[in-house]
Amino acid sequence: MSAIIDGNSERMTVWLDGEIDHHNAGGIRVRIDETLIRLRPKLLSLDFSAVTFMDSSGIGLIMGRYKNIQSWSGKLEVINVPRSMSKVMRLAGLERIATIRNMEEIK
Amino acid sequence: MKATNEFRLTIDSRSVNESFARVAVSAFVAQLDPTIDELGDIKTAVSEAVTNCIVHAYPDSVGKIYIWTGIYENGKIKIKIKDRGCGIIDIRQAMEPLFSTLGGERAGLGFAVMESFTDKIRVYSKVGKGTTVCLEKTITGRPADD
Repeated sequence: MSAIIDGNSERMTVWLDGEIDHHNAGGIRVRIDETLIRLRPKLLSLDFSAVTFMDSSGIGLIMGRYKNIQSWSGKLEVINVPRSMSKVMRLAGLERIATIRNMEEIK
Repeated sequence: MKATNEFRLTIDSRSVNESFARVAVSAFVAQLDPTIDELGDIKTAVSEAVTNCIVHAYPDSVGKIYIWTGIYENGKIKIKIKDRGCGIIDIRQAMEPLFSTLGGERAGLGFAVMESFTDKIRVYSKVGKGTTVCLEKTITGRPADD
């Protein structure tokens, strides 16, 4: 699991890469929050295009970042979600707290 | 009914083993020629069950997690994930979506994910003795000409 983090006070993007489970969610959370709290962006964008696996630990990771960004009324989007992970996100009702965009299916 | 093929695996309740456990079960099930979605469902459900053992059953120590997977006729699989940890006081409450005894970054969705990603789940638990989670799923697999 790795992440590239970039942005400014308008928009911060996190490109997640690899597998998100309980084992590695903690490390990635600390890295995101370091930049998140420094930038206080209006929009946090989590890009899932390179994520190969996610269980409910990933839901915890997303909901936790939503709580943080809410403290300055920021918005959250979760983009390029692979089909296998959109099922877990729907189950958690994430669409109530974030804009979710699934990955375009390659035919 | 007897399993036509089975495997057993014992692992330490270390979080680094979460990915090993889900990959081991999915690799074993691969002989049924499942779809990518079916494999993903199994991996996710196993990951939730094993994480529960690590986080809840053995919160302050490292114990053993016993995983068994059996393949039955017509593509049916059964997975048992067992620990000898602290046990669950109230199983019904533990299985409620969004309920978590830990709070923080745990979403409280582990059992909800297991329920919706498999066909059947049964949970046996005794406080101080441990917990066994039994999952069942029928693999329909890919069509022969796929």
